[in-house]
Amino acid sequence: MVDTPLRDIAKVIRSKNAGPFEITLDIVFKSREDFEAVKKSGVITRELVSQLYNVPTQAIITFGFFELVNAVKITLPRPRPQGGVGETDMHAAQQHVPLQEIRVPWPAS
Amino acid sequence: MLISSAGGDGTNLHVDVFRDIIAEIAKRRGWRFKLASIYADIDKGHISRELKAGRVEPLGPVPPLDPREIEAATVVVAQMGAEPFLKALDKSEGVDVVVSGRAYDPSPTAAMAIRAGFDPALAWHMGKIMECGALCAEPVGRNVMGYLRRDHFEIEPLNPNERCTTASVAAHTLYEKTHPFRLAGPGGMLDLSQCRYEQVTDRRVRVSGSRFEPSKHYTVKLEGAKTSGYRSIFIAGARDPIFIAQIDDILAKVIAGTRAYFAEVPEEAYRIIPHIYGKNGVMGELEPVKTPAHELCIIVEVAAATQSLATAICGKARTSLMHAPYPGRIATAGNLASPFTPLEIPLGQACEFNVYHLMTVDSPTALFPIKVEEI
Repeated sequence: MVDTPLRDIAKVIRSKNAGPFEITLDIVFKSREDFEAVKKSGVITRELVSQLYNVPTQAIITFGFFELVNAVKITLPRPRPQGGVGETDMHAAQQHVPLQEIRVPWPAS
Repeated sequence: MLISSAGGDGTNLHVDVFRDIIAEIAKRRGWRFKLASIYADIDKGHISRELKAGRVEPLGPVPPLDPREIEAATVVVAQMGAEPFLKALDKSEGVDVVVSGRAYDPSPTAAMAIRAGFDPALAWHMGKIMECGALCAEPVGRNVMGYLRRDHFEIEPLNPNERCTTASVAAHTLYEKTHPFRLAGPGGMLDLSQCRYEQVTDRRVRVSGSRFEPSKHYTVKLEGAKTSGYRSIFIAGARDPIFIAQIDDILAKVIAGTRAYFAEVPEEAYRIIPHIYGKNGVMGELEPVKTPAHELCIIVEVAAATQSLATAICGKARTSLMHAPYPGRIATAGNLASPFTPLEIPLGQACEFNVYHLMTVDSPTALFPIKVEEI
């Protein structure tokens, strides 16, 4: 097993606004097997998200492994309302990168 | 033909603009038909009364509605459900075109389906997918066809080079949504946790098992924004590693110095916000990487009550940063590389969302007046 970044495992890792006050992050896996293996590794947790995004765990709006869609979904409050003074990412389309770097023990390819 | 959320924001102003465009085209072509306009601007006095009555609550991580914010909003609209469309279609026989103000995106599709007697849960779920066209296809495309039957619906992209798969259709409800299976809308919650997705052909997917739970009280989402003054920015590059290593301290001192210079302006009357690309310009306070790049793009944003004040503060901040002393400084001629003139750029009015709340209503249609006319 080799510690492998999620960007080499997942099919989709993305971020976007979910309305003007929330950011939602999706990690979609290529297969049920990959999804289950990542879930079982126990690496992706609320605590990890809290640490990666500098957000208290109790502020996380949605966190879950959703089997029907082979996906992890995380929704966080926006640091400020969309488009207001101080905005850095109007559509929150570039907030996903810390997730790409999460490393999971994975069979060497 | 049903057009919803005219102009994107769905204000009365844009409903009328769309109505006028349609009328003009019809006149030029000699077409005659019945057109219904549905409006979604909500009277501010009505919202204030409902707020007092405890029937307005925040939606998600939003502060409770302050009556002053209702006044400050330029316009407040509410997202209509399917009912106003059903009313418009039934109000006067033979309505061919409906132009609506702000609506929940799946409402027009759901209205057509509910009107024809189909299961509202399937109608809403199909509408939810179809509002985004072929975003549910692989590769992502533009248009899809939906086939609704008594106990399921099917989705297929129109472009033969695209296909819907069980995975792509199931995963669609992740997109721009807080939760993948629980989708709240006007009048209830769509629950997709028990859905079944079957591959019918290599390009078509069948969906069944959608559920709709009507809410105890019918609520609509209110949306409003206000102008919050004017903004000016400056854009500058930095390449000196001695400067870059101390950027946070230098900026803090420059901002404090600028505030001291404008001592006669109340501190809360303006904001100075640095955006430092190459450090945390994209993610701001969410950025986990702390090491800056070898060069930075520094944008300083100033928001104030007037454009001239914003530009003046911005100019002071820029010249201060240009010449700011810092420990170890050996480049004594200037700290910034400025690509553009004007060096301070006026951005015009700044806007922000200030109403994003749920309001309980007695009737799903009463807030949305309908006008039917012969074109």
